[in-house]
Amino acid sequence: MASSTLMDARWIARGEERAPLSRFLLWLAPWIVLLAIGVYAAGLCLYYGLNQTNMDNRFAFGLWIFLDLGIIALGAGAFFTGFLVYILGRTELKPILNTAVVVGFICYSGAVSILMIDVGQPLRAWFTFWHPNTHSMLTEVTFCISCYLLVLSLEYIPLLLRNRQLKQLPSFFVFEHQLHKLVPVLAAVGTLLSFFHQGSLGGLYGVLRGRPFAFRTGFLIWPSTFFLFILSAIASGPSFLILITATVEKVTGKKLVADRVFRRLGYISGLLLALYVAAKSIDTLVWLNFTSRSEGFAPWQFYSHKPFGTPILFAEIVVLGLLPACLLIPETTRRRRWILLCAAAMACSGVLLNRFVLTVQTLALPTLPFDDFLQYRPSWQEIASFGGVIAYGVILYSLSYRYLPLFAAPKEGDPPHVSGH
Amino acid sequence: MSARYGMVIDLDRCTGCGSCMIACASENNVPSLPQATARTGLTPLLVRKVSNGEDGERRRAAFIPIMCAHCEHDTPCVKVCPQQAVEVDKATGIVMQMPQRCLGCRYCMTACPYHARYFNWWDPAWPKGMEKSLNPGVAVRMRGVVEKCNLCHARLHAAEEKAAAAGKREIDPADYEPACAEACPTGAIRFGNLADPDDPVSKEARSPEAFRLLAELGTEPKLYYKSKEAWVRALAESNSARNSEVQHG
Repeated sequence: MASSTLMDARWIARGEERAPLSRFLLWLAPWIVLLAIGVYAAGLCLYYGLNQTNMDNRFAFGLWIFLDLGIIALGAGAFFTGFLVYILGRTELKPILNTAVVVGFICYSGAVSILMIDVGQPLRAWFTFWHPNTHSMLTEVTFCISCYLLVLSLEYIPLLLRNRQLKQLPSFFVFEHQLHKLVPVLAAVGTLLSFFHQGSLGGLYGVLRGRPFAFRTGFLIWPSTFFLFILSAIASGPSFLILITATVEKVTGKKLVADRVFRRLGYISGLLLALYVAAKSIDTLVWLNFTSRSEGFAPWQFYSHKPFGTPILFAEIVVLGLLPACLLIPETTRRRRWILLCAAAMACSGVLLNRFVLTVQTLALPTLPFDDFLQYRPSWQEIASFGGVIAYGVILYSLSYRYLPLFAAPKEGDPPHVSGH
Repeated sequence: MSARYGMVIDLDRCTGCGSCMIACASENNVPSLPQATARTGLTPLLVRKVSNGEDGERRRAAFIPIMCAHCEHDTPCVKVCPQQAVEVDKATGIVMQMPQRCLGCRYCMTACPYHARYFNWWDPAWPKGMEKSLNPGVAVRMRGVVEKCNLCHARLHAAEEKAAAAGKREIDPADYEPACAEACPTGAIRFGNLADPDDPVSKEARSPEAFRLLAELGTEPKLYYKSKEAWVRALAESNSARNSEVQHG
């Protein structure tokens, strides 16, 4: 044990204090178990097919798609922070950049993994690149997410090569140095790709003429949900980074990022959230008064099926949209850490609720006049598979935090005001 | 000349016997899956029972066969498929599904307003001995792909081959009829070329009694229904009715 502890210490950056190896392994143990269960459940789905899920011919999309859309939105902090730092020159956000890259990589790689289980013929995934239907939003999503995951990998590699042991290898050191020069270019490419796939994910539903609850008109070929998804993703991404970093600070008991960085992220998140709420409100009014009626549906009938009533719409726009925006924008409320964290959590919840409404409520609602309102409960295999992705994320982040310089930027020397082990 | 194949289903004649469903399954090698439920089974043609909501003597029921409506305009499933596994055949107007190219993403199923697309949740299997009754002209679909009504495309191929052998460019309409229309004992399902104004089915589709489900979506479905029963028409067009009620109410 002593030798393994010594071995472990050699991989941790000089001057950084980390928990003893035994405590770190104890922290990882439950996540490893969860990951193992998730891998087993995913294996069942791949081997026996999607009959292992509770999806069906009406509920063709389920928990996986909802959560995919959710984590991709929350992972938007990666590209957006890169955009702010490298394109707009907001260098004060640099201390959060590394963690943003790791969070983004986890979110996107996790989402792609789940998508590979979610399709009936995963080995045919390359068909989309070979026979692309350029009119399909899903084609755009597939291309952009694949490319962006590659970009995130290229952004993650320099961080990986800055590990204390790896950087001692001259070739790795040179490679990392050269790759690092590309980071601003990667940030620009990542921004372009992300704008398109975040939008296309919204467009997935907005173009569904056969689902009047989701169908939206828009600008040229893009339905309004295209733009709303971009806005909501870049609004919630910074909030998610605040939550992740604050959680890491709480767990490790260390002050990792200066408070002004948190406040800056909160302000950006609040401003964009306010913009999103305004756009979402206009979109809802247009849909209520024009789009739905032109499709032959009275919009309020969609809210007559419990539990999907108007309170969900109210919660999405006001409670989890307008309210956190009002808390994040003023300096007075944003300076109070607990308000900042609560507002960030509300912003993230609002975006998740939006994705839930668009994926699950859309499919639950009847379209034919004699159809029923349907319910769907995910199977344990669906839940466990996704639990596995969460576990994968926690493990990868924990390893990255322990062995890589995630928060290496100089701190302001703020006294730690969080407690933990 | 391009055809626009479609159907008119006389709901007043439909007794809900299910012959069309059996004929469809038999013709298209649809497996019988005991483990499937009403929500996971393969029913490219599904006869739905509806009622007027009344009780006792005033209760009335009708049967509405649901299948792919072969939407003509802005076809919802075609435009969403990421790898062109769905297309509208310009020569026939039939919305074609290519299971061998399907990824199984099921995006087309979420796009279809008629819920007329089905996913193969299980490996296809038949009771021992029944595999000998499979139609050799139709490929069996594998697990993990989507399928739907293709208006018995194998029969169209056979008719085209027959016409070609006779040196003709056009098929004889008498040589091509989907299995459901052929099997219907009451003649409720009628199949024809909607592009031909003299075709009896085309004339029926233009009759005042004919209607289409979800016509207001603007996808121009080629599946028509007809009924003289006011409540059936009211039910089928109830989205419009509810809309009017709200607009004027």
